[in-house]
Amino acid sequence: MLAKRIIPCLDVRDGKVVKGVNFEGIKEVGDPVECAYEYNLQGADEIVFYDITASHEGRGVILDVVRETAKKVFVPLTVGGGIATVDDIHDTLRAGADKVSVNSQAVKNPQLIKEGADIFGSQCICVGVDAKAISPNKWTVYINGGRIDMHIDLIEWVKKCEQLGAGEICLNSIDTDGVRGGFDIPMLKAVVDAVKIPVIASGGAGKLGDFADAFIKTDCSAALAASLFHFKELTVGQVKDDCRSKGIIVR
Amino acid sequence: MIAIIDYGAGNIFSVKNALDYLGIKGELTSSPRDIENADGIILPGVGAFPWAMKKLSESGLVDLLKHQAAVKPFMGICLGMQLLFEKSFEFEECTGLSLIKGYVDIMDEPELVIPHMGWNKLECDKDCKLLEGIGDDEFVYFVHSYKAFCEKENLYAHCSYGSSVPAVVGDGKYVYGCQFHPEKSGETGLKIIKNFSKLMG
Repeated sequence: MLAKRIIPCLDVRDGKVVKGVNFEGIKEVGDPVECAYEYNLQGADEIVFYDITASHEGRGVILDVVRETAKKVFVPLTVGGGIATVDDIHDTLRAGADKVSVNSQAVKNPQLIKEGADIFGSQCICVGVDAKAISPNKWTVYINGGRIDMHIDLIEWVKKCEQLGAGEICLNSIDTDGVRGGFDIPMLKAVVDAVKIPVIASGGAGKLGDFADAFIKTDCSAALAASLFHFKELTVGQVKDDCRSKGIIVR
Repeated sequence: MIAIIDYGAGNIFSVKNALDYLGIKGELTSSPRDIENADGIILPGVGAFPWAMKKLSESGLVDLLKHQAAVKPFMGICLGMQLLFEKSFEFEECTGLSLIKGYVDIMDEPELVIPHMGWNKLECDKDCKLLEGIGDDEFVYFVHSYKAFCEKENLYAHCSYGSSVPAVVGDGKYVYGCQFHPEKSGETGLKIIKNFSKLMG
């Protein structure tokens, strides 16, 4: 049996960990290599860097972050944000990432998933999906960090991702993201039921029990959170202890 | 010095990073001289079996690796572990390094997600130096779609994913193989790499 994974995510801009306080204010809060190392010590099963560097020229910086992190963190590393081409995937893996997460670009160009999976293997291709409810049990896919509704049905999209060779889906609910009231269980359940590949729950974790809740109520494989871990409200270890006490297998 | 065989396969940097972190000297190389001079050999690998065997044979390394595996510690990782067996049926029947009896074939688990990817628990079958100090509750990181079918005597540890999946194998002498990635398996993986380095004396 595979262990359920707990994944801290770090938003990185120009090589620094940042945290959006609100839409206007983004503040730098640390060094990504140090933060990743700290998560590693806490028992993170995987670490995600989400690159929000705006300029294309700034892209190289995240690769340096990955390269440095890979020297002292020995768990899988995933990089998302701004990956648009097979060359981007190649460069990111080459720098030491084990997986890439493609999001908006995959919606605009689904062949990116297929090409990436064919060349590098499905296991390196995670598709990040941002979605929002339009009615109960119906959701549409958004791009550009949740700003543009593509009017694509979520369930059709995740099935297509799987067909194209995606190795896993990281599902972020725009409705629950930032609300801190728990993961979006109905959305998560619908996606887990629609595909066979692993699904990572993202968006909404606000307290200790939210992680175990997602694992108990759905068959998701992993749960991801950023600010909760970042602001040290919880450690990965605490989350795992809670899951363990509820009979969930964690590492 | 440990020679990390560089034949164009992925993830060799993470193996090197892990050795560096542990203060063990390692070198990425495909040079026969380096390999002969090394105290130990790690054969990494990501990709397909026939492709990897073709690369090794193009580099003229097949016979050399077979000879070296008889005289110094040798560890295959992931695909590198699968290459230790006699043959594989990945895409086509293909001969391996034949250092351990057995073959490699697809994981036939219709109910489960393939690739088998993630953290799974190591269950020890037989004491061996590679697993010294590894407890009953330790998880390691797997990513693979094919698995080994081997003799009981060569099986040191397995994990459960539907049926049993050989996780650590060996020939009882110098040769070891890990289906998982010790270089991506946190503290447990580092311990295993350290144990390997101790075999070099």
